[in-house]
Order: sequence, then structure tokens, then C-alpha cells
Amino acid sequence: MSDAAATVADTRKTGRMTLLTEFWRYFSENRGAVAGLAVFLFVVILAVFADVIAPHAPHEQYRDAFLKPPVWQVGGDYRFILGTDAVGRDILSRLIYGSRYSLFIGVIVVSISLTLGVTIGLFTGYFRGPLDNAVMRVMDVFLSFPSLLLALVLVALLGPSLTNAMIAIALIQQPHYVRLTRAAVMSEMVKDYVTAAKVSGVGRLRLMFVTILPNCMAPLIVQAALSFSTAILDAAALGFLGMGAQPPTPEWGTMLADSREFVTRAWWVVTMPGIAILVTVLAINLMGDGLRDALDPRLKRS
Amino acid sequence: MKRVTTLASALLFTTMLAAGTASAKTLVYCSEGSPEGFDPAPYTAGTTFNASSRPIYNRLVEFERGTTKVIPGLAESWEASADGLEFTFKLRKGVKFHTTSYFTPSRDFNADDVIFSFSRQWKKDHPWNQYTAGVAWEYFDGMDMPALLKDIVKVDDYTVKFVLNRPEAPFIANLAMDFASILSAEYAAKLEADGKKDMINQQPVGTGPFMFVDYQKDAVIRYHAHSDYWGGKQQIDDLIFAITTDAAVRMQKLKAGECHVAPYPPPAEIASLKADPNLDVMEQEGLNVGYLAYNTMQAPFDKVEVRKALNMAINKQAILDAVFQGAGSAAKNPIPPTMWSYNNETVDDTYDPEAAKKMLADAGVSDLKMKIWAMPVQRPYNPDARKMAELIQADFAKVGVGAEIVSYEWGEYLERSKAKDRDGAVLLGWTGDNGDPDNFLAVLLGCSAVGGNNRAQWCYKPFEDLIQKAKTLPTNDQREPLYAEAQKVFKEQAPWATIAHSVVFMPMSKKVSNYKMDPLGSHRFDGVDIAE
Amino acid sequence: MLRFLASRLLLLVPTFIGISIVAFGFIRLLPGDPVLLMSGERSLPPERHEELLRQFGFDRPIWEQYFTYLWKLLQGDFGISFKTKAPVLNEFLTLFPATVELAFCAMLFAVIFGIPAGVVAAVRRGSVYDQSVMGTALVGYSMPIFWWGLLLIIFFSVTLQWTPVSGRIGLVYFFKPVTGFMLIDSLLSGQKGAFTSAVRHLILPTVVLGTIPLGVIARQTRSAMLEVLGDDYVRTARAKGLAPFRVIGIHALRNAMIPVITTIGLQVGTLLAGAILTETIFSWPGVGKWMIDAISRRDYPSVQSGLLLIAGVVMLVNLIVDLLYGLIDPRIRHGR
Repeated sequence: MSDAAATVADTRKTGRMTLLTEFWRYFSENRGAVAGLAVFLFVVILAVFADVIAPHAPHEQYRDAFLKPPVWQVGGDYRFILGTDAVGRDILSRLIYGSRYSLFIGVIVVSISLTLGVTIGLFTGYFRGPLDNAVMRVMDVFLSFPSLLLALVLVALLGPSLTNAMIAIALIQQPHYVRLTRAAVMSEMVKDYVTAAKVSGVGRLRLMFVTILPNCMAPLIVQAALSFSTAILDAAALGFLGMGAQPPTPEWGTMLADSREFVTRAWWVVTMPGIAILVTVLAINLMGDGLRDALDPRLKRS
Repeated sequence: MKRVTTLASALLFTTMLAAGTASAKTLVYCSEGSPEGFDPAPYTAGTTFNASSRPIYNRLVEFERGTTKVIPGLAESWEASADGLEFTFKLRKGVKFHTTSYFTPSRDFNADDVIFSFSRQWKKDHPWNQYTAGVAWEYFDGMDMPALLKDIVKVDDYTVKFVLNRPEAPFIANLAMDFASILSAEYAAKLEADGKKDMINQQPVGTGPFMFVDYQKDAVIRYHAHSDYWGGKQQIDDLIFAITTDAAVRMQKLKAGECHVAPYPPPAEIASLKADPNLDVMEQEGLNVGYLAYNTMQAPFDKVEVRKALNMAINKQAILDAVFQGAGSAAKNPIPPTMWSYNNETVDDTYDPEAAKKMLADAGVSDLKMKIWAMPVQRPYNPDARKMAELIQADFAKVGVGAEIVSYEWGEYLERSKAKDRDGAVLLGWTGDNGDPDNFLAVLLGCSAVGGNNRAQWCYKPFEDLIQKAKTLPTNDQREPLYAEAQKVFKEQAPWATIAHSVVFMPMSKKVSNYKMDPLGSHRFDGVDIAE
Repeated sequence: MLRFLASRLLLLVPTFIGISIVAFGFIRLLPGDPVLLMSGERSLPPERHEELLRQFGFDRPIWEQYFTYLWKLLQGDFGISFKTKAPVLNEFLTLFPATVELAFCAMLFAVIFGIPAGVVAAVRRGSVYDQSVMGTALVGYSMPIFWWGLLLIIFFSVTLQWTPVSGRIGLVYFFKPVTGFMLIDSLLSGQKGAFTSAVRHLILPTVVLGTIPLGVIARQTRSAMLEVLGDDYVRTARAKGLAPFRVIGIHALRNAMIPVITTIGLQVGTLLAGAILTETIFSWPGVGKWMIDAISRRDYPSVQSGLLLIAGVVMLVNLIVDLLYGLIDPRIRHGR
């Protein structure tokens, strides 16, 4: 019967270290997740040490080298391994510096929206009643606007910039957490282990954050991984529509948008930032999966 | 009853199309955007004119295809009075309006149509002046017509006289512009009687080479050749505008054979379009200029030497390569080379950072810090202001001038850059309306435009006298030397760094013949043919 | 159920007012004088400028403008577009079917491929099949779709010439729209080849727009199925010896559908957002492209009412999702 309640009790008994070891054991079982982590760490290192690693400054324009192809192609130049863009800037260097922006966007957006969303969702899902109704109406208002559309309008309102794009995207993403958390809380509330915990006199906050929340984590972690990628992709989309980070910022999305007119003539200018986004986002999502598998108390058992 | 006829004619038309598909010649044009409406007068966008005034309507006078020369249109001839205040037009007889599924004209074109077409824009109390909410006659007002016109008189059914308040040489050219398109007064009366005035903007009736068939919003516009066109029936039977806003996609459609003509190729694609064996790429300088306007009221830019020195510091060739990708030519005058009176004698400032540095030092300027304003939007005369500003910033750095790039959202930018106390030099440009040099020199550099379109805030008497005098002279031959001199004065004083004129490219299928590029920038399909 | 429906419908009223405030407030706070933007480089004399401001009501206090706006909305007047001078509602209704058609096909594509893929991946957890499906799903939603669209066009339309580059139907087909849905209209027209042409035009946009929802749905289905398969009742059902198909198809899938439907509901907003990009790339004459155009032109009435109308649509879809919840999981319905 109270399998889950037993898990809660187990968790209490075991120490923090064993938990971490256990987490790593499950996480490392997932080869995709480990690969994702490796790529992600690589990107983090690139971002942190961009000044040292990048062969050129991101804004340096080599006027003798407009649209040079990558080094392996005819006409390539060993100075520019991945080629240059339309004003003679080294693409590799710009990509390396760009990793800072993409990670930054993802981290900021997810932190803001997750914290806000989960807290609101927990409270409304737990207490229900008129407050829940009111909050859900406000969330409905937000959710009723397609994310990109509201972001576009917000950015047009605040002026096109990366900061404004991030604020807009975070605002737009938090209702997703609210809804997911609330839905999960509601379906958990009727389960036996919650009743058992209630009966045994567990306090409300503890019940919400310690007993119920961990059991709602699976969809939230998937959502967090999703919104990390969505944040990067939305920022890129805003750039594509001229409303994101402004050139010459070497943000990947903006680079992609900036150079899309070259798609048939200079494939590398468009392809490289696209691949950078794809790889980074993939890595993050793989990690997200690993996190979920390792953290979800019920999936562990099966 | 009426509905039955409409349905019948619609059916007739459909069968006509269906039967004609085998032999009908169809030209598909991938246009860059949707028209705002089909009544040209309330709008200012070239995209709208390409879909309305050019195929559907005629004007009293027309621009000859491929030139800025004005030739007879619905007026067979015209003459000016000795004082230059009266223009009398003899109208063409037997001109038929389009017979469409929604309107059957009962009479030919006459003076009433001319009076109607202008009065509605001019007279505030005209029943058509506000035919739908928010109509504004931007071009009519913008070309200063209300101040210019004193009277329009119908002498008889085929004679119309325009009376002016002052002699104005560019007036005839104005009448060839899109806002001067002639609409049917009879059709307007019918719509008014039916209480459907706004349909004039959706179901147009004109005298032009093509008649309107159908518009699916943001997707397709269909035209059919006007069989009774006064200039003879067109060689193509059907003209289709496939609206394709994305430039890269437009070129892909062209390459895939889904359309025959597609404007505004991305500069980067021109080489590959030229290499395509199925395509021809025409090119011509656009009727525009892109410039960097110093604030000549602000120290130290009030000194000619400083402005000259900065002009010499700019590497125009690098800008042409990087920003225009070869789709631009260096500008030395404030007017484009396709315009009459262009002074080819003027000598451009040579790129010489060393000399520039010395000139600045001689002028007593050191450690100069300035702002460069970069437009937030793409314009024909400046496809990427940001990039251009970056390049200029780097150039200025080489002569010891620190430049900061600023930008505002477009409306703000336009407004703030007008201010007399504006801080910094502003990147902007201009596209001509009627092919007249006055439309550049007076509008952008005249004394009355200071605090407005004169972004250099430059009022210089010798220049002003030249352009004001030129305006009052009746023939272009007499005006030409004055404008040539004005350009020389401009170059000496250097209120702007003239940067570039865009080069307009028009890629099209090899099947298309007889297309002529319009120096005024419109896309016209009259006289064009297509091979089966 | 009826009472449930009525109460949910009643709740839409404050939401709608919230949306109208947001739509109105955002747009009216945009910097830049709309009249200035309309005149561009050419600029207007100050009197004319004042006159236009007055004409559009921009000279009055903002709250007054809001109530005027709301009052007109109630009368079905969504304003007149600055750009085309046509009623915004007409413009929206003309273009909306194109977006619905595209979004519906994209969602259908995502559901048809996403749910079975997710279910099978969950059942065969850890297999090569599972890994490759999940890998593909990951790549799918990691894709910058405008880039993806351009790549597909270059490959399938330009290089191979299998599908048309853009548009809704071949230009040789010409008929008056009846429903606004090209697939239906092309059938109704009776013209030979029209339907096939409409389908061919839909393929690439559908795939591009459906890519992200496909990834999300496949993943969500798998994850929900895995949770449910671990639940007591499924294990009980299995232990009772019920056929695997029955266990998966009836017991597990039904319960796994709750989060999946939430996801699908949430994807509607994503779809409309994606439609903005997809429609731009494929020159699809829908409301997404129209909105972009309106935003960049500062066509206030269009942006304002467009936001409101689009939000209204999403709101309705959310309502339907809520109702579906009630149908699938009676506990939630009675819980209210």
C-alpha cells in the first residue's frame, strides 16, 4: 500500500552523500545524458575561457577576407577554420563568444520562470479555492498569447535587445510551470501517500515542498530542459525577426538571422550557427532526460 | 437580378480562364509584399503602386517606360501659359474603362473623371474626401499640391485646365505620379449610390493595360489584359502577383520556375542568379542616395575642414563591398546618376586617413568624440545601417575620432534626427518621387527644411539661391546648369558624406522579354511579353 | 457536465478582460508616434500631424481610449487597420482559415507520429528503437525552425523540385474561397489536380511547423506512459493477466493521456507562435505573417485586435482542453 510513503521515510534516513552517489549512479547509466553533460561542460568551458580559446576577437573585421569558406574547402584560409562572414569576421571566434550568450539566455530564463512558476503552481494546486481561480485566470491571460507573439510585442515595446528578449521569454514561460505543477499536484493530492502523510501530521509547507513536489518533478524537469532550449530558440527566432540581440552581438540566433541571405551562396555562414544551436540544445536536453531518470523516485523502481 | 449578372459574368470568366489555360500567356510576378489597397492615392508604398496604379490605371501624363521622361497618357497634349501658371490638357478620346464582373461602364473616359480624381484629394468637403475611416492623401499633400493648385477647370468634355498659385516647373512630372491616377467618376457614383464607397479600394476600375480580377489577401492578385486598352491589348493575357515577402524564398521560387520575375534579390544571391542559365539579371542604379549627415550647427562640425576630413576618413569601397555586396555604387553627388542634371564633373573626396588626420589637427581638433546614428530598418539606399555604422566607426577610429553608435526605433529615429541640437551624425537616405532634382536638393538641403528633412541642418545661401531660381524656370534645359552648380557647391561644403546609391537588380526568367527597368523604381508589366 | 461547462465559460469573462487590457496596454505604450511612422522619411506638416492624431483619437487620455476601445469591441468593432484602412476583423477572418488549416495539419502530423512513437518507445524502454525515436524527437525540437524551413526548401523545392517553394495552391487553379480552407475549397471547386496541388503546398509547412510539437508530444507520451506503467493499477492489471494490448491501450494510455493532452493544449500557443515563422518562410497568407507585418508597421489597431483575437482563440482551445480533462478524469470534474 504505502510504497511511496516508505520512500519518503527512506529518503529521510539516508544521508545527503548517498543520495548524490545514488543520483550519479542512475545518471551515469544513461549514456546519452553523460554525452550531453560532456558537450555541455565543453560549451561552458568555451564560454568561460572564450578570451583565451578564440583565435580572433569576435568583432575584428578582416577586410581582406569577406566570406571566406571553411579551411577544408577550396579557397579556405587556415586563419579562419570555419570561414568568415560578410564583413570578414571569424565565424569560429564568434561562435565561441556566442556560447556565452546562449547559455546566459537559457540560465536566466529558466531560473526566473521555474522559480516563479513552481511556487505559484504549488500553492494554487494545494489550496485550490478562489485564489487558485484568480491566479489561473491571470495565467490564462499569459498563456493565451502565443509565446513568440507576446515576446515580439514586449520587445517592440521595450526596444529590441537581448535583456528585453530574455525578460519577455521568461514571463511567457512561467505559466507553463504553474500549470504543470498545479496539474501534477492535483493528481498527487488524491494519492495514498499524501493522505498517509497528512494523517501522520506533516506540516503544510513540508507536505507541499518535501512530500508532494519531488513526485511532481518528472514533468517539471522535462519542461525545464524544454524551456532551456525554447529560450535559446525563441531568442534566435526574435533575432530572425529583427527583435532579439542586435548585431554585431555574436549571439548564435542573431548570427544565423544576420546571414540567412547567404544560404545558397555561402552555406557555412548560416549552417555553423544553426549547428551550434542544435548541438548545444541537444546536449542540454539529453542532460535533462538523464536528470529526470535519476531523480524520479518512482521510475527508479521500475 | 444584379446578382445573377454578377454570377453569370463570374462563371463566364472562369470558363474563359479554364478554356484559355492552354493558349493564354500568363506572367507570374513574385511581388515582395501585399498592396495596402487598390486606390493608389491614399498610399505611399511602391509595393502598392506596382499592384494598383501601374497595371490598373493611367494618368494624364505618363513616365516613358525605362526613363524619367514624361510622355502623353490620358492627355494627348498639353500646353503651358506664358506666365507658367496655367496648364491646359487635351484629353484622349475613346478611352474605355474596364468592364468587370462588378461594374460595366456606360461611357468613355472624359473630363469628369479627371476632376473627380483630383477633387477628392483636394477638397475637404468632397463626398469622397473621407470615403473610409482614416483616409489621408499623403502624396497629394506631400507634394504640396493643396498649396500649389488654385483651380481645376473643366473647359469641355475633353479639355481640362489646371491653374496654379505659383510657377512650378516640376508640376507636370507630379501628374505622372501614382497619386494622380485617374479613377472612374461613373463607378464612384454607382458605389456611392449603393452605399459601398470603400469598395473602390478593393474592386478597382481603371483605364490601364490590365484589369483587376481577384485578390486573395496576402497571397495572390490576378489581372487580365484589358482587351479595349487605348494603347492596344497587352501581349500577355494574365498577370499574376504571387505575394512572397521573404527575399530568399522569392529567389528560390524564381529558380524553381514558380514565378517569372522576382524583385529585390538579397545582394548575396546575385552571383548565383547571374550564373543560372535560365535567368537574366537586369541592373540599374536606383533613384536614391544614402548619406551620413553631420549636424552643421554643432561644433566642431560647423567647420568645413572637419567635415571634409571625416569624409576623407571613410573607406567607401569597403562599405560597398560589405554592406551592399556589390549592389551599390559610390555616391559623390546628392542626386543619383540616373537623374537629369547629374554633375559628373564633381570630384569625390579621396580616401586618405593620413591626410584626414592632418586636416583635423590643423583645424585644432583632437580627441574628438562623436555619435553615429544608425537606422534600425533596411532601406534601398542602406541595406544594413548597423553594419555601415560599424565600418565607419572603425574608419574614424583610425584618424583618432571615437565614435559611438546609437539607434532608436524607427519613428523616434526620424523625429529625433530632425532636431537642430541633435548630437552626432546621422545615417539616412532618400528615394526620389518624380525624377526631378528639386525633389532631392530642395527637400533635403534647402533652408526651409532645416529642423525637418534637412538632417545636416545646413542652410547655405549660395546653394539656396541656385535651387530656388531653378524652380521658377520653365524648361529643364534652363534649370540644368543651376543644379549642376548647386552640386558643386554642395561638394565643397560637405554637409554630408555621400555614401552610396543602391544598384537595383531585377532577376527574371529568360522567357520574359521586353521588360524595362524603371529608374523611378516601379515594376511595370505593360509592353512585356513571355515565351510559351 | 453542463454546469461545469457554464462555470468555465463564465470564467472566460475576466480572462478576456485581462487579455484586452494587456493587448491594449502593450500597444498603446509602444514608443513612437504612429502618425510619424506612417509618414516615414517624408514627414508631415505639424497641423496635418495634429489632425491625424485627433482623427485616430491618440490625443485623448489613455483610459478613455481603452473604454472607447472596449465599448467598440462589444459592438463587434475591432477597429480599422492603419495600413489597409479595412476593418481589422475582416482582415483577420480572411486570413485565419489559412493559419487554422496549417496549424491543424501540423498538429495532426505531430499527434499521428508522436503518440504511437512515444507509446512504443515507452513499452520497449531502452531498446534501440526507443533510443532512436527519442534521439529524433530531441533533434526535432532542438531545431531552429526558420533555419529548418529554409534547409527543407533548398533541398526539396529548389534542388529536387518535389514540392513547391511557397504559397497555398498552384497559380493555375483559381476559384473563389468558400470555406477558406484550401483543402476543402479545392475539392469543392471540382478542378482537376487542385486538391493534389493544395496538399503538395501543405507538406513542407506542415512538417516545419509540426516538428517541435512532434518532439514534445513523443517525449511527453513516453514519459507519461512510463509513469503510468509503473503505477500500481497497471501492475495489478498486468498481474491479473490482462492482454498487454489491453493494459497499454486502455488502462495505461487513458491515464497517460492527461499530461499529454495538457501538452497538446499548451502546444497550441507554440503552434501559433511557430506559425509566425513558418508563414513568413513559406509566404503562407495567415494571421502570423499578418501580425509580424502589423507589428513592424506599428499598425496599432491591427496589432491590438490581432493580439486579442489570437489570444481569444488560444483561450477557447484551453477551455476545450479543460473540458477534455473532465471527460477523461472524472475526479477532476467532481473535485470542482
